[in-house]
Order: sequence, then structure tokens, then C-alpha cells
Amino acid sequence: MIRIEIDGNAVEVAEGSTVLEAARKLGIDIPTLCHHAGLTPYGACRLCVVEVEQRGRKRIESSCTRPVEPDMVVRTDTDDLREYRRTTAELLVAQCPDSKPIRELAERLGVQNVRFEGRGMECILCGLCTRACQQKIGTPAISFIHRGVDRKVATPFEIQSDVCIGCGACARVCPTGCIAIEDMGNKRVLRVFNTELELQACSECGAYFAPQRMIDRLKTETEVTEGLLTRCPACRRQAIGAVLRQAMR
Amino acid sequence: MSRLAGVTDLDARRKQALEAHEAAATVIAVCDGPGCNAAGSAKVAAALRRAVADAGLEGSVQIKTTGCHGFCQCAPVVVAYGDGLFFRGATPDQAPAIVEAAVNGQPIPESVLYRHPATNEPIALERDIPFYAHQERRLLKHASHIDPLQVADYLAVDGYAALARALTEMTPEAVLEEVKQSALRGRGGAGFPTGMKWELCRRAEGDQKYVICNADEGDPGAFMDRALLEGNPHSVIEGMAIGGYAIGASRGIMYIRAEYPLAVRNAALAIEVAREMGLLGEDILGTGFSFDLDIVTGAGAFVCGEETALIASIEGFAGEPRPRPPFPAQRGLFGKPTNINNVETWANIPLIIRHGAAWFSEIGYERSRGTKIFSLVGEVQNTGLVEVPVGMTLNEIVFEVGGGPKPGRTIKAVQTGGPSGGCIPASLFDVRVDYESLAQVGSIMGSGGLIVMDDRTCIVDVARYYLRFLKSESCGKCTPCREGVPRMLEVLDRIASGEGSDADIDLLGQLGRTVKGASLCGLGQTAANPVLSSIRHFRHEFDAHIHEKRCPAAVCTALITFHIDAEKCTGCTACARACPQQCITGERKQPHVIDPERCIKCGACLDACRFDAVVKE
Ligand SMILES: Cc1cc2nc3c(=O)[nH]c(=O)nc-3n(C[C@H](O)[C@H](O)[C@H](O)COP(=O)(O)O)c2cc1C
Ligand code: SF4
Ligand code: SF4
Ligand code: FES
Repeated sequence: MIRIEIDGNAVEVAEGSTVLEAARKLGIDIPTLCHHAGLTPYGACRLCVVEVEQRGRKRIESSCTRPVEPDMVVRTDTDDLREYRRTTAELLVAQCPDSKPIRELAERLGVQNVRFEGRGMECILCGLCTRACQQKIGTPAISFIHRGVDRKVATPFEIQSDVCIGCGACARVCPTGCIAIEDMGNKRVLRVFNTELELQACSECGAYFAPQRMIDRLKTETEVTEGLLTRCPACRRQAIGAVLRQAMR
Repeated sequence: MSRLAGVTDLDARRKQALEAHEAAATVIAVCDGPGCNAAGSAKVAAALRRAVADAGLEGSVQIKTTGCHGFCQCAPVVVAYGDGLFFRGATPDQAPAIVEAAVNGQPIPESVLYRHPATNEPIALERDIPFYAHQERRLLKHASHIDPLQVADYLAVDGYAALARALTEMTPEAVLEEVKQSALRGRGGAGFPTGMKWELCRRAEGDQKYVICNADEGDPGAFMDRALLEGNPHSVIEGMAIGGYAIGASRGIMYIRAEYPLAVRNAALAIEVAREMGLLGEDILGTGFSFDLDIVTGAGAFVCGEETALIASIEGFAGEPRPRPPFPAQRGLFGKPTNINNVETWANIPLIIRHGAAWFSEIGYERSRGTKIFSLVGEVQNTGLVEVPVGMTLNEIVFEVGGGPKPGRTIKAVQTGGPSGGCIPASLFDVRVDYESLAQVGSIMGSGGLIVMDDRTCIVDVARYYLRFLKSESCGKCTPCREGVPRMLEVLDRIASGEGSDADIDLLGQLGRTVKGASLCGLGQTAANPVLSSIRHFRHEFDAHIHEKRCPAAVCTALITFHIDAEKCTGCTACARACPQQCITGERKQPHVIDPERCIKCGACLDACRFDAVVKE
């Protein structure tokens, strides 16, 4: 266990924890945007910055990436930090002016008006989707391309992905909700990634319910019986119900 | 090149190299650095070789092509030793005369004779030229004596003696201690004590460790590292091998930007030769120490000079930084403890081991010791590479080494540290150029770019230039840098176009503080420096743009006009022919007139007029 001080309170956390985790244990609220407990820390949005003092030296660091070290003194709410967060949030609103979650976040951090012309982006570039795709699904289907203000999330060469399984994990973690996934007939369409996938028809009712590739992946990587994987959720429930009824009889 | 079994072999090879050198009575060194090469040095060297052959002097005159001598202003530069006769702007047709002068000791043909820019007095010897005379050349001492492709040239100046000494007479701890004692600090920008950095990596746990040479050199206008790698690659290799020994690393990587093809080639050839000679690879000089080097070329992104981005780039990922800690010494290349140093830092190591820590640190100022190479560019008389003791004042560098302003101009500021640094006004030129003193005036030492600005340079325009550079070099990972830098640029653009307000200065301050305080990596953390320092020292220029709608240096196009002084105009029509807008009218031999509506303020007329009749204000 490692003992550190945050805003005057002592806290003990396991070695390898981050300052953000330690602060949350104390109930201290630090705003975050690019952080997700299930994904590796990234340190990109910079909303979670705190002041870390060690051996008399003060540094501004992102709390979501900073591992705790013995004898750290952390401050989460100085005037400087408030200004950094407010200005950063204002920049984020100017980047994605139409995003409600971003505007709400900025309001919470004290942004009253935005002094810059909007960039009209929908994606806030937090990198949650790319990390979810790579770390949880194991497909490097999407990643960042270009740099600076041209940075964006895309498939390689911005064309139809040949590894995307259409699982929707990216859309699930996206804080701005800008990854729309639509099922149209026998196709699943991820418009922002220029990608379309064949949907599988349910072996019982014939309804299209999940991308073929995702089912193929589940077949090889899980132990779920094939009979269940080829049924849509409703028919799957029915099938399981039938089995259970049989067993209870 | 046969393998050296041990130090005795190395000494024998060195002796051979020295004897071969002494055999040639005259050596004519032709600088083949990029500046001189662009000015035709290859043709000059070929012509010199022909001239030597024609005169039947092959036995006694040797023509050598070398890396950059530093005085790029005089390209192509040729120097003849023994005495060091200096020829500037050499041309192939002057080759026979140059050979004759080199052999007879004089006279230097007028067209290639160097003259003092202020007094016009002729100067024949390299060492008497003020540009060289005020320098303290240690790293560049042999710049004009070494053909980078001839390892014998490096051996002749005690090359690899330091490696031999370290491996046979010193323990790794002793080498580390010597480097710590020398007080050498990193030359890549941040000035972290090198010995301390090595120690962190040495102490880190790991079966495999790496050393890396950072040759990404992305500062616009800087070319110190390129010159070292192109001109004396063996010195960097030797430094890295010594570092590998002290740190306990058996592998090294030179990360060189692909825009430096000559540096890549020369370093690669030098590595190959060093390997053949057993100065790299397994069991170096029979001491049991093994160390090998590879080159990785970077695609030339400024951000890839940042340590964690550089590592990502070598690993094959996008060159994006990640937060530290963990530091590379803890978890670096492929997750292993890694020590990264700048080219010039590595090149200092053999000198420290050969001459001792005390020798190294005898010059310098307070906590900054040794020499530093700068690329002195911009509005000064003498431009090129200069090596001076750390802690020399800006005044000495700009006026003594640099020779002061161009005729009729006044110098107003110097930018140190490139896009990460700040501008320092002439009123503060007694500041010493060392890590701490520069920080006090709002700039940084950086990697060694020194850009001199005179009264025709607009401070607002320079700040815009750096922000444009940083905007296009930001990796875009973190918000303050990706979004903040372009917004600062928008504000500056507004000021430069005469539409700024006092609130804009406050806005720049606020954005600057956040970009500096909250960005992830050094690029963003220093990106606001050029703007914040220019507001600090040149507020009056900002005010002139904002309140008087005037650009004092007459640079910002929205705030200037061109017109023709009817008194001076001879009606020669040169301007009208040069104007791409064809908006200059007038009869032959009559005063001409510019149509302000159509003028795009390109300045072509100004350049074309031989009678100073075009007025820009
Ligand atoms: C954006 C950025 C660019 C950098 N570019 C370089 C570079 O081109 N060469 C270099 O040696 N160091 C560069 N650095 C500094 C390196 O990150 C690192 O501090 C240095 O290579 C360490 O070597 P040193 O201790 O010998 O100076 C850069 C840093 C940043 C933040
Ligand atoms: S698409 Fe969504 S999750 Fe992905 S980077 Fe953009 S905002 Fe973040
Ligand atoms: S400061 Fe700039 S270059 Fe560095 S990580 Fe952030 S966006 Fe990338
Ligand atoms: S949540 Fe820590 S930098 Fe984004």
C-alpha cells in the first residue's frame, strides 16, 4: 500500500493505482473525459490535471495516468488548475459546439461563453473508441490518422474495414455519441468508418440480428454452442427457455 | 578494414594514419557540408583534384572533402593546411590558382579572398577570421580535418582512444563518475545532467538496456546535429559505445530524420567500418564488451524528437508522446530501460573520457559547463555553426562571432530555443547563454538555434511563424496543444491584420498559460513561449498593430502599403515588368504609379527597383 496526501487528506491505495483512483477513493471529484476504468490510461483530454509535489518540486500532471508514489502531495483544486480546466473545456466546446455532453461538462467547469468560432466536429478525439476496439475487442479496426487539427478516428485509408466485426464497442464508449450504427436490411452500417457488414439471419425466425463476422469471432473465441450463436436474441431466449423447461420437467 | 584484436592494434593503426598524414605536405580541405555542397563544392573538389594532377603534385598535395566547417556564409569553403589559408566562395575555374596559393603560401586570388565585412581588410588565414577567432572549438575542432568516410582521419585525431581507455582502464562505474564530474548537461534542450540520467538507467532493473541517439533535430533553422553526424559520425558512435559500457546497454539506436540523407549515409558507413574493425559488435577490442548500433530513420516530425514519441516511432507506432512517468530509464524502448541523449551530448563523451572531467568543466558558467554549438542564422553578418563556451553573453555571440548587424540595420532581438524558446531583446544581450540565465529572461537554451532579428523583422510576424510551425507539428493527442495553439494563432492573425484589441493580449495570456501548464508533452508545454516572451519584451510592437494599425517593421501585409516616390523614379519600367498583378502603370521615363486596389503587397517591385524609388511603409 502507498500513502499519499490529496488536498490535505491522507489516503492509502495499492501500489500501481493512479492519483485519480486515489482521489476518487477520498470522494474528490476530478473531471475526466478520455478516461475509462476498463481501458488503459491515455492522458489526452487534460481535464484531470492535478498538481503533484514531490521532493519540493511541483509539476502539473494528468491524474488518470499518474501512478502514486510514496510521499506525494497532490492538489486538485488550485486557481491555476481551475483556469487550465476551464480554458481546456472552452477549447473542447469550440471543437465540438453541437455536443450536448461536452457543453454540459464545460458549464460544470465554469465556462460561460466561448470566444472561438466552432470547428463543427462531432468527435472530441478522446481515443476511447480506438482503445476499446484494440484492447477489448482485439481488432485494430480504427485508429487515429493525421495530426494536429486534422487528427481524426478512421479505418486504415478511410475505406471499408476488413477487420471490423461490427460489435459497436466504439459507439458504446463514445462520450459524444458520434458513432452512429444503423442496421438496414441485411447490412450493418458504420457510416463514420465507411464500413458495412453483412448481418446474419436468425436460423429460427430469419430476422437479421448480428454481423456475420462478429458471430464467426464468437464461434472461434468463446465456448458458446453454435446453436445459440446462430439464433437472434429472442429466439435464443426461447431456445434456452425450452431447454430449461425440459430440464425442470 | 581488418579487425583490431586489441588496443595495441588500434595504436598501430593510429600511427599508420598519422604517418600517412604527415607524408602530405599540403592538405586542401573542401567543405562538403550541405551549404557548400549546394553551392557546388563537389565540382570545386573535382577541379582541385584535376589541378593537382595537372601540376604533377599528387605526391605532396592532398584534396580532402570534409563535413561542414561552420562558416556556411562563405560557401563553398576551402582551407589549405599547413597554415590554414582560407578561400571563400571557391569556384572550379579558380582551382589552379587555389592550388598554387596553397603550395606557395600566397597570394589568394581576389575573387576567393575573405575580407572583413566591416573594415574590408583582407584576411588570409582561417584562424584570423573573427568568426572563428572568437569561438572555442572542441567538438568542431577537427571539422575541416576529417573526411567522414575515412576512419583513418578520425584515428589521426585520437579517435577511439577514449573508448579504448574506458574499456581497458576504467570500470563502468568510473566512466559514469567521470561523466557526472564533468557536469555535462543534455544538449537536446532540457539540459538534464547526463551523468545522473545514465545512472538512473544503469540502476534500473532489466536484462536488456538500450541507448538512443536523438538526431531528429526539428527546430527550424538548426543544423548542429546534422553537421556533427555528417562530418564526424565516428565521434558519436564512440560516445554511444562508451555510454553503453557505462550504462550496461548492449544495443544502441541512432534515430535520424530521413530529411538528413547525408547524415544517414555517413553514419551508416561509419557504423559498418567500426563493426569491421571490431569497434562495434561482439568483444570490442578483445575486452569482452559487446555493443552494436543500428540506424532508424524518422519521417521528420518535430514531435518525434520528444523521448516517448521517439520510442513509439522506433517501435513502429505513430509518433505520439505518452505521459511520463514511467520515464524511458524505467520503461523505454520495447519496455526496457533506455537512455536517450542528443547527438551533441554523445559527441562530448569521448572528449570527457580522453581529457578528463576537469578539462571539460574548466570552461562554462556556474552550473552549465563545456561548450555548445549554435547555428547562428538570420540578420547578422556571419552566419553558420559556432561553438562557444556555455555562458558566453549574447552580445559576444551576436557582435563578435556574428559580426553584428548587416549594413545599415540594427539588431533588435534573438530567438533562442527555436519554437520552444523565446525572443530576447537587444537591451538584454548581456545575458549569458546558459540554461538558467536564459530561463530567467523567459527563453530557453534549447538545442542551439540562434535566430537574429533586426529592425526589419516584425515580432508579431515571427510569433505567427512559430505558431504556424507548431500548429502543423502538434501531434493532436492532447487538447490544450491541438486546440489551443491554433486558437492562439487565430488571435495573432487578427492582430497582424490590424483587427486586434487589448482583450486579445489577455486572451493570448490565458491560452498561453493553459497550453503551457496543461499540455501533455514538451511540445505543447513550450509552445506558448515565443508568444508570451514577445508580448513580455515587445508589447509596444503589439500595441502598434492594435492601436495604431501600424506594423513598425513594415512586414504585416495588411498594415503596409507600397507606393512609388515620383522624385526618385526614373521610369525604367523594371517594377512594372516584375509586378505579377500588372498593377503598376506609367510611361517610359515617366514616374510610375502603383494601383493600391490591385496591389497584393508581394514586394516584387521593391526588389526590382534599382533606384530605391519603391517605398514600403
Ligand atoms: C517537441 C520536442 C522535440 C524535441 N526534439 C529534439 C531533437 O530534435 N533532438 C534532441 O536531441 N532532443 C529533442 N528534444 C528533447 C528530447 O526529448 C530529449 O530531452 C533529449 O533528446 C535528451 O537528450 P539530452 O539529455 O542529451 O539533451 C525534443 C523535445 C520535445 C518536447
Ligand atoms: S469517436 Fe467518440 S470515442 Fe472515438 S475518439 Fe471520437 S469522441 Fe472519442
Ligand atoms: S502537447 Fe502537442 S505534441 Fe505533445 S502530446 Fe499534446 S498535442 Fe501532442
Ligand atoms: S481523463 Fe485524464 S487526461 Fe483525459
